[in-house]
Amino acid sequence: MPAWANLKIPAIDYQDIIFYAAPKQKASYDNIDDIDPELKKTFDKLGIPLEEQKHLSGVAVDAVMDSVSVKTTFRETLAESGIIFCSFSDAVKEYPDLVRRYMGTVVPYTDNFFASLNSAVFSDGSFCYIPKGVRCPMELSTYFRINSANTGQFERTLLVADEEAYVSYLEGCTAPMRDENQLHAAIVEIIAENNAEVKYSTVQNWYPGDKDGKGGIFNFVTKRGLCRGENSKISWTQIETGSAITWKYPSCILRGDNSTGEFYSVAVTNHYQQADTGTKMIHIGKNTKSTIVSKGISAGHGQNSYRGLVKVLKNATGARNFSQCDSLLLGNQCGAHTFPYIEVDNQTAIVEHEATTSKIGEDQIFYCNQRGISTQDAIGLIVNGYAREVINKLPMEFAVEAQKLLQISLEGSVG
Amino acid sequence: MLIIKNLKAEIDGKAILKGISLEVKAGEIHAIMGPNGSGKSTLAAVLAGREFVNVTEGSVTYFGKNLLEMPAEERSKEGIFLGFQYPIEIPGVSMVNFMKTAVNEHRKYKGLEPLSASDFLKLMREKKELVEIDSKLANRSVNEGFSGGEKKKNEIFQMAMLEPKLAILDETDSGLDIDALRIVANGVNKLKRPDTSAIVITHYQRLLDYIIPDVVHVLYDGRIVKTSGRELALEIEEKGYDWIKKEVDKKDLS
Repeated sequence: MPAWANLKIPAIDYQDIIFYAAPKQKASYDNIDDIDPELKKTFDKLGIPLEEQKHLSGVAVDAVMDSVSVKTTFRETLAESGIIFCSFSDAVKEYPDLVRRYMGTVVPYTDNFFASLNSAVFSDGSFCYIPKGVRCPMELSTYFRINSANTGQFERTLLVADEEAYVSYLEGCTAPMRDENQLHAAIVEIIAENNAEVKYSTVQNWYPGDKDGKGGIFNFVTKRGLCRGENSKISWTQIETGSAITWKYPSCILRGDNSTGEFYSVAVTNHYQQADTGTKMIHIGKNTKSTIVSKGISAGHGQNSYRGLVKVLKNATGARNFSQCDSLLLGNQCGAHTFPYIEVDNQTAIVEHEATTSKIGEDQIFYCNQRGISTQDAIGLIVNGYAREVINKLPMEFAVEAQKLLQISLEGSVG
Repeated sequence: MLIIKNLKAEIDGKAILKGISLEVKAGEIHAIMGPNGSGKSTLAAVLAGREFVNVTEGSVTYFGKNLLEMPAEERSKEGIFLGFQYPIEIPGVSMVNFMKTAVNEHRKYKGLEPLSASDFLKLMREKKELVEIDSKLANRSVNEGFSGGEKKKNEIFQMAMLEPKLAILDETDSGLDIDALRIVANGVNKLKRPDTSAIVITHYQRLLDYIIPDVVHVLYDGRIVKTSGRELALEIEEKGYDWIKKEVDKKDLS
């Protein structure tokens, strides 16, 4: 296991992890009403009542529980416009050519320790293909849940936007409270062809462990997008409030000329949570652009690191990057760290990096108190104000939930 | 409305207020004047509920309730407003969002429904006109990038929105040019109702040309050393604080 991250990771006994667990009573999931009430509650909490999906028409959902995809909604509706949205296991059976053509092309199995592990043991996940010239008419989303004890989750998501296609995709993650740590080692691959655009949003709320740092998910995920075509665009937005340890760098390889990569992130670490997260923007094509906005929030004993690489290759004439990395501290026991790497091999490139660190002051909280706003609500206001730039990038339905989640995850962090 | 009895308070173990007694009745405007370091702002901080000030003795009763036991946000909802000497910046939080949260918290406390977005914006518009505040301020983050004068006007605007029973204005006049001063003072006067009161803390008397106090107190070395009518402010304007200091220091010696 690599040791370079700014993380303290307890030893993981890989022999002890169950690598495949199917939810019990799988048969009954044919009816949406039969889904585990706990899972349904999770969806409701995140503002995605599955039952209302039919009426809302806003979002199509693939729900992955433990190692198995349990339900994909709207499959038929989407199929009418040629969009494939299904579980990975179905995709392997029904669209083997597509899977063969794209899988592993962005994240090869040799990529890193956890990518290899995932490639060896993964059993399911989500697959999505948007054909040429199609704008996906609704938000697509996958909900991941680790339910069984001692189970690791190793799903894969493969998202392909063919020429001129557009899709906005959201993933949400939850897990029940358990005393032991659980490993989540997923892979997300995105491919954008000529003029295609993919917007990938994550609201990650895996169980973070209790306030003393016991239990919680290790979220070690490899996410990478390839802007293969000209004028293609891949945009990552992530709200990371959960997990005991978050370790991931959703990245963009900007191979097509004039392609664009974006990374907008809010990462919260409260209590004993740790995060080492950021992005890699690899400029290969000409006139490629990338934007990085990272907002770290540390509270309690939380440790939050931004680590990012902006790499401009020799032929990437006219490459442009802007990075902004802000850290917000609540209290005096937490930490914020920034590790920006910039490697530029083309003289015409323009690369900018800005960083700030600030602290929520007692003065700000008192100012709110004096206007009748409680300390808890004041923190919510201030934190959401700080993260607004990123939250605004989320699909509207999820922005409100993300705001609440930020506030909930910082509950009790001051005073 | 407000009865302060023998109030003593310290900051980091250092005695700042050394026995203050003061009564403010409904409808009255009290001016508290005094040289720098006399404890004026500390008194305001105690009344608003700042935790870094440690009250060691005495009592403060507000409408018959023990004020010192109330958390700061409850004091606000009970009608105490503090106009800050140095208003705080809150980046990323728009004035609209900030005020909407505050106003609705106040309404919830009174058992009222929250205001709808349109009613709230209407209220904001009315109050902005009342205090002659630039409408652009409302769309900016709380106090962020505001000039000194804008910040003070913004305090008066918030006061207009929250309609306090007791307004405490802590050196609201400091750093204001004469036009801004007039706008601030006019705002205070327009918001004044027969049943509301104000404590105006100021170093100079010029604010009191616009806000006419019923009573003027002089605070020196943590004590109220003189209480009189408006003429006291004029006397201070003319003679400064030295004569009062001398009087007090002489008394202390004898």
